[in-house]
Amino acid sequence: MLKIGVPSKGRLQELTFQWFGAQGVTMRQTGNDREYSGAVDGIDGVELVLLSAGEIPRELSAGRIHLGVTGTDLIRDKLADWDRQVTSLAPLGFGHADLIIAVPSVWIDVDTVDDLDAAASAFRAAHGFRLRIATKYHRLVRDFLTAQGVADYQLVDSQGATEGTIRNLTAEAVADITSSGETLRANHLKILSDALILQSQAELFLSHQADWDAAARATLTGLLTRLSLPEPAL
Amino acid sequence: MTPKSTIRAQAETLFAAFRAEGAVPVDADILLPAETLLDLYGEDIRARAYVTNDPLRGEMMLRPDFTVPVVQAHMAHGADPARYCYMGEVFRKQDHLGPRASEYLQVGFEVFDRASPEQADAQVFALFARLLSDLNLRPATGDIGILMAAVRGLSTSDRRKAALLRHIWRPIRFRALLDRFAGRAPMPEARTKLLERLAQDTPEALMTAAGTFTGLRAPEEITARAAALIEDAATAPIAAPEAALLYDLLSLEAPAQAALTHLRGITPLLPAIAPAVDRFATRLEALKANGIDTTTLPFQASHGRTSLEYYDGFVFSFHASDPALPPVASGGRYDALTAVLGQGRSIPAVGGVIRPGLVAALKGA
Repeated sequence: MLKIGVPSKGRLQELTFQWFGAQGVTMRQTGNDREYSGAVDGIDGVELVLLSAGEIPRELSAGRIHLGVTGTDLIRDKLADWDRQVTSLAPLGFGHADLIIAVPSVWIDVDTVDDLDAAASAFRAAHGFRLRIATKYHRLVRDFLTAQGVADYQLVDSQGATEGTIRNLTAEAVADITSSGETLRANHLKILSDALILQSQAELFLSHQADWDAAARATLTGLLTRLSLPEPAL
Repeated sequence: MTPKSTIRAQAETLFAAFRAEGAVPVDADILLPAETLLDLYGEDIRARAYVTNDPLRGEMMLRPDFTVPVVQAHMAHGADPARYCYMGEVFRKQDHLGPRASEYLQVGFEVFDRASPEQADAQVFALFARLLSDLNLRPATGDIGILMAAVRGLSTSDRRKAALLRHIWRPIRFRALLDRFAGRAPMPEARTKLLERLAQDTPEALMTAAGTFTGLRAPEEITARAAALIEDAATAPIAAPEAALLYDLLSLEAPAQAALTHLRGITPLLPAIAPAVDRFATRLEALKANGIDTTTLPFQASHGRTSLEYYDGFVFSFHASDPALPPVASGGRYDALTAVLGQGRSIPAVGGVIRPGLVAALKGA
C-alpha cells in the first residue's frame, strides 16, 4: 500500500481533493464528515490517511506515510535538513502564504530588518530584556534573523492569534504567515519591507524514509503518470 | 568510531598536562540556568544548546561550553591570579544530518591574571601547540582587539561606533553598517522618505497619522530613535581613506610577523590602533620566547568573528587537514565576559579547550 497523507479537514482538504480530482484521482472522506477515514478511487493500491496538516511533516519524516500534502512553511520549520528527508513532487498552487515579520504601524522609525535590529538594541537597554518576537515558526525565523545578524531579540512561542500578543504586551513584534495582511492591519501592525522569510504554498511531498518496496514503487509510478509528474530518484 | 574509553584516556592525559601547569580542577554543573546563557549569546544559542524545563528552576540548558560556569565560579570565589582546568561533556544540537557529535568531551585550561596578558596569551597558545604537536595541525590566530580599537578610533559619531562594536562578532551586519556609514551603500528608500517626512512634521504627528498605538515600546522610544535617525543623516560619511583602512584590516591575512609589519605601516593613518598593535607586537615576542615561529604562524584579523563568541583580544584555533572536521582546539581572550558575569568586577582572562575525541581519532588514523 502507498499511503498518502492529506489534511483532515477544512479548505486545505477541499482544495487537495480538487487538485487530485482534476487529474482523475478521486479522494473522498468515507463515513460521516466528522470521521477521519478516506478512500481513493481511480487508482489501486493507494491508502488515504487523514491527518492534521501540522502533523504531516513529522509523519513524512518518520516514513509512516509515503506521500503527504502540507505547506512549505511547515516542512521547512519542523524538519531539520528538510531537503534530505523529503522531496517536493509538485507545488499545488493553493494555500499561498508569506512568512513575514510585522511590527506596530506606529513604529514610524522601523521599516527594515536593520531598523528592527537597532530598535531591539535600544529596547533592551530601556527595558532590561530582549525585544520579543512572537511566532510559531521558531526555526525559520531564528535562521533568518541569524543570517541577517540581528541581535538583542528573543522568540516567544505563539501557536495562534499571534497578532494579539502585541496588544497583550507579551511581544513587541510578530513573525507569522499572512495572505492578505488584513488581520495584521486590523491589529495595527505593518510588515517589514525586507523580511519576507518564506513564500509558502501547499506542496505534494515524498518521504525518503518510507518503505519503498516494489509494490509501493509501482503504485507511485502509476500515480505520477496519472498526475503528469516526473518520477524522482529514490 | 573511536571507543569512548580511548577518548576518556586521551582526555585524562590532557587534563593531567593542564594540572601539571598548576591549574586547579573545576567541576562545573551540567544543567545550567538558560537565562545567563541567553542573555550572553542571544537567541542563537537556542539553535545550538539543548533546552529543558525544570519545574522549580525554570528553563535550563545542558552545558554548551565550560567558559560561563568557570568564569562564574571564579568571580564568586576565585583566587587572583588563578589557573583552572576542567574536563567533561558539552552538548550541542546539530541541525544537519552528518557525523558531527552532539555530545563530546572537552578538556580546557583558563588563566585569570592581571599581570601581563600578552605573556598569558603566549603561554596558553604555546601550551596548546606543545600538547598537540604530534598531530600536524594547522594553527590559526587573530586579534579581535585590533579590530575593536580601529572601530573606536574612527572619526565618526559615538552612535555609529557603538553600532559597529555591537556587531563586531556578526560580520554580515557589521559589513552592512560599515557600508552605509562609509557611504558605499545607499540609504534605504523608506529611511529617505521618513527623513523627508520628519523634516515636515514632528515624530508625534507622524505616529498619530500612522494609526492606533499598540505595544510596549513607548512613544518616547520611537521619538528618541527618530531623533537619532535625523542626527545620523546629518553625520558625514566615514572618510574614504579611513574606511579603506578598515576594509583592509577586515581582510588582513598574513603570517603573524608580516601582519605586524603591515599593521605598523597603517598605524600612522589610524593612530587609535597603536596600543592594540603594541600589544600584538608584545604577544609575538612572547610567542617567540615560548618557541613559536611567528614568521610562519598564520594570522587573520577577522579570525574568531562568528556569533556565539565572546573573545575580545587574542584568538586561536588548531585545525586538522580535513576541512569537514571542527577545530581540534580553540580559545582566546575574553576580558569583557568577566565584566559581564562579574557584576561590576572584571579580570583579564584567556583560555581554550581541546576536543580529546578528535585528538584520539587523529592519533588512531
